[in-house]
Amino acid sequence: MPTSSVVIAILALSYAAYRLARRRSFAVVGGPQAIRKLHSLPGYHGLLAALWAALPAFAVLVLWHVLAERVIVDAVLAQLAGDGAPSGGAARDLLLNDVRNVVAGSVPFAEASAPVQAAARHWQHLDAISRIGGAIAALLVGVLGGVLVWRRITPELRARNRVERLVEINLLLCSMIAILTTVGIVVSVLYEALQFFRMVPVSEFLFGLKWSPQMAIRADQVGSSGAFGAVPLFAGTLLISAIAMSIAVPIGLFAAIYLAEYADWRVRAITKPLLEVLAGVPTVVYGFFAALTVGPLLRALGQSLGLQVASESALAAGLVMGIMIIPFVSSLADDMITAVPQSLRDGSYALGATRSETIRRVVLPAALPGIAGGVLLAVSRAIGETMIVVMAAGLSANLTANPLQAVTTVTVQIVTLLVGDQEFDSPKTLAAFALGLVLFVATLLLNIVALQIVRRYREQYE
Amino acid sequence: MSEPDLTPRARTRDRVAASLRRRYRAERRFRAYGIGAVAIGLLFVVFVFYTIISKGYPAFLQTYVQLDVDYSAELLDPEGKRATADLESADYQALIKAALRERFPEVTERAELRKLYALISSGADLTLRNRVLSDPGRIGKRESVWLLAKDQVDLLAKGEVDRSLPESQRNIDDQAIGWVDRLRAEHRLETRFNVAFFRNGDSREPEQAGVWGAVVGSFFTLVVTLGLSFPIGVAAAVYLEEFAKRSRFTDLIEVNINNLAAVPSIVFGLLGLAMFIQFFGLPRSAPLVGGLVLTLMTLPTIIITSRAALKAVPPSIREAALGMGASRVQTMLHHVLPLAMPGMLTGAIIGMARALGESAPLLMIGMVAFVADVPKSLSSAATVLPVQVYLWSSSPERAFVERTSGAIIVLLAFLLIMNAAAVFLRSRFERRW
Repeated sequence: MPTSSVVIAILALSYAAYRLARRRSFAVVGGPQAIRKLHSLPGYHGLLAALWAALPAFAVLVLWHVLAERVIVDAVLAQLAGDGAPSGGAARDLLLNDVRNVVAGSVPFAEASAPVQAAARHWQHLDAISRIGGAIAALLVGVLGGVLVWRRITPELRARNRVERLVEINLLLCSMIAILTTVGIVVSVLYEALQFFRMVPVSEFLFGLKWSPQMAIRADQVGSSGAFGAVPLFAGTLLISAIAMSIAVPIGLFAAIYLAEYADWRVRAITKPLLEVLAGVPTVVYGFFAALTVGPLLRALGQSLGLQVASESALAAGLVMGIMIIPFVSSLADDMITAVPQSLRDGSYALGATRSETIRRVVLPAALPGIAGGVLLAVSRAIGETMIVVMAAGLSANLTANPLQAVTTVTVQIVTLLVGDQEFDSPKTLAAFALGLVLFVATLLLNIVALQIVRRYREQYE
Repeated sequence: MSEPDLTPRARTRDRVAASLRRRYRAERRFRAYGIGAVAIGLLFVVFVFYTIISKGYPAFLQTYVQLDVDYSAELLDPEGKRATADLESADYQALIKAALRERFPEVTERAELRKLYALISSGADLTLRNRVLSDPGRIGKRESVWLLAKDQVDLLAKGEVDRSLPESQRNIDDQAIGWVDRLRAEHRLETRFNVAFFRNGDSREPEQAGVWGAVVGSFFTLVVTLGLSFPIGVAAAVYLEEFAKRSRFTDLIEVNINNLAAVPSIVFGLLGLAMFIQFFGLPRSAPLVGGLVLTLMTLPTIIITSRAALKAVPPSIREAALGMGASRVQTMLHHVLPLAMPGMLTGAIIGMARALGESAPLLMIGMVAFVADVPKSLSSAATVLPVQVYLWSSSPERAFVERTSGAIIVLLAFLLIMNAAAVFLRSRFERRW
């Protein structure tokens, strides 16, 4: 029985519970004309029954699926062990994976070995039983929940209050998902990163100058020593971010000043959304643009000036990233500038200052903390940006400050280490999680500081 | 010629006039910087879009070659039984080769023949197969058929090959160019609207590759994302805005939401890989997992915009409902939520537009696999539009450059539609109180 039809069955059951309970609430007071004798409207009785039919049933279904998988795997392993298969370690996992592939249909039955075939049949058999069992258990619990409510329906039943309580609990649970997500990120990234640090010391990772994550598969292989010094990656990330910010901050800031202080509302109404188009363009488009247009353009330009520009130069990636961040800086700066009270400007004009003097000496200093917060947010964005650098920056870890050379970044390395098949016990895969941890912590700190500054600044003028 | 006025007062006046000139110059300069910055920004917009569109529009065109195909009975069905299985596995490639030899009888040498066969796409035999399967009566007859041209021929026909380059720097040589020119002179070469680009899944051959598989993958992914993030986001916003008392706990939730909104998207990919795939054992490359990851990523945005929409509903509405004896849940469900709905929907659409353009976290959960089939369910292997762009952009074939830009145009078109819908919703339903 496929899961989707079980879900539909539970929903149908829940609807039936709604109708029956609603009808019973009329019946207990003797018809629609005596409805005022009920504490809650009949619909609430129906809803209460429907919720009690559906929620426990879904809970049972989910639990069953989680537990059944484990039980099936154990049973299949027991059978495999009986057939003389390895009973532990990587060989067993490999065998189990073969069985899984056969069951999932990604490997045809005929191609598998005899014990694997037998195990797969066993698996499918158990799976079919468990699915039917799970469906029956869920529906039974659903019926039970519905019947319990249905029997308790009396004129005095505070059905509305109970339904509302359930609604409020669900709302609370939904709002806790934000916390759960953060916890999930921290736990999953930290767990894998700690495993990595068991193989590679933290000091080597944070301060080592050489990055070459290719591990030797065979002992006699050449050129795959596996060095995990992440300093070149940090330097590359900072270099590209610095280039991006040196493009985005002046252009974004001056654009914001012009649009907020000089432009009349018609120009502003057209120009501002047009600039914000840049923020809506997917980053993969910028990556393509950087790799295909800007990179070769800079290379040709460098050649005509007699400079050696790498085709995957940090400059190309940083430049395009800067373009992407312009609207981010400009809209935040615009908010901050318009939040400066008009009275400050009027005071300055009254003293005879010109517009630009007012902006430079009064408005900007007043808006500075907010703008600084916005710039910090933009920096955190540049550090975490992935697609542009994956497509336009290099892969080799050069430790250089020359923007014309190719550098690599933290995000590029995460992507190259994790795209493709991964084994979760090799330092190569785990290194990506360690880099992810660094990235998460760095952006988190930047965000907290920036949000704090922005908030305090907003409160100042409210 | 007036005498210079040398009284102290006049000197002050001169000084003020000079300083005013200086100050006004500074004023104009400052203003020019502003205009310059805006102009540079707009220039970038134009530049980016011009590049993409000028590179991408040829992807919507595709070259076809007309050949006289002889559905030879000996080649297709030597036993003469017309069994479907035989017809399905017959060598249709041979028909095309025969037709090409017939058209260019002077080509006989092996190497040249191979070059000649390369004029037609390796997928063109499917066209013939489908024609024969739909009407087996074609066997033994002759017919003029338009067949898909190979990507090099396609580029040449669209004028994207620089003929002045030396032969070694082109991926199509002079002889092949001669053939193509002859076909064109005989009106057997045509460039038409590229239907296959919108109907096919991915392919290793540029001329057969299409975006439909990626569009369907994106659709499934967004269905999951919207189905989860909108209800959960609205519920969370309602709780925080309408029910929760300000406490340390709600502050914690709030700080979390604000931070998650600024966490790099690739970190969500790491979470998805470690949590959903490694721990829960969900299938790799599936739209289901992609949707889950994007849900977690867009949730903060949706919560923040939904809260803003709830805040915009004036308290008087709530007070009136409560005053009439409605409970808090009734007030929220019957009065506040319907009024805030347009704002929430606008936020959801903008969140979905962001999710549609997102690719980095999906790389982590294996949605970069080469998937030629159009996905059929939430758990089948799939890719999404932006990842398709990434995949094609890293392909070495030159013909993929225009396909990549074409896919980008499709992606941008979807984004444009979504944003226009959001703007429309806002202007149509937003109320000012």
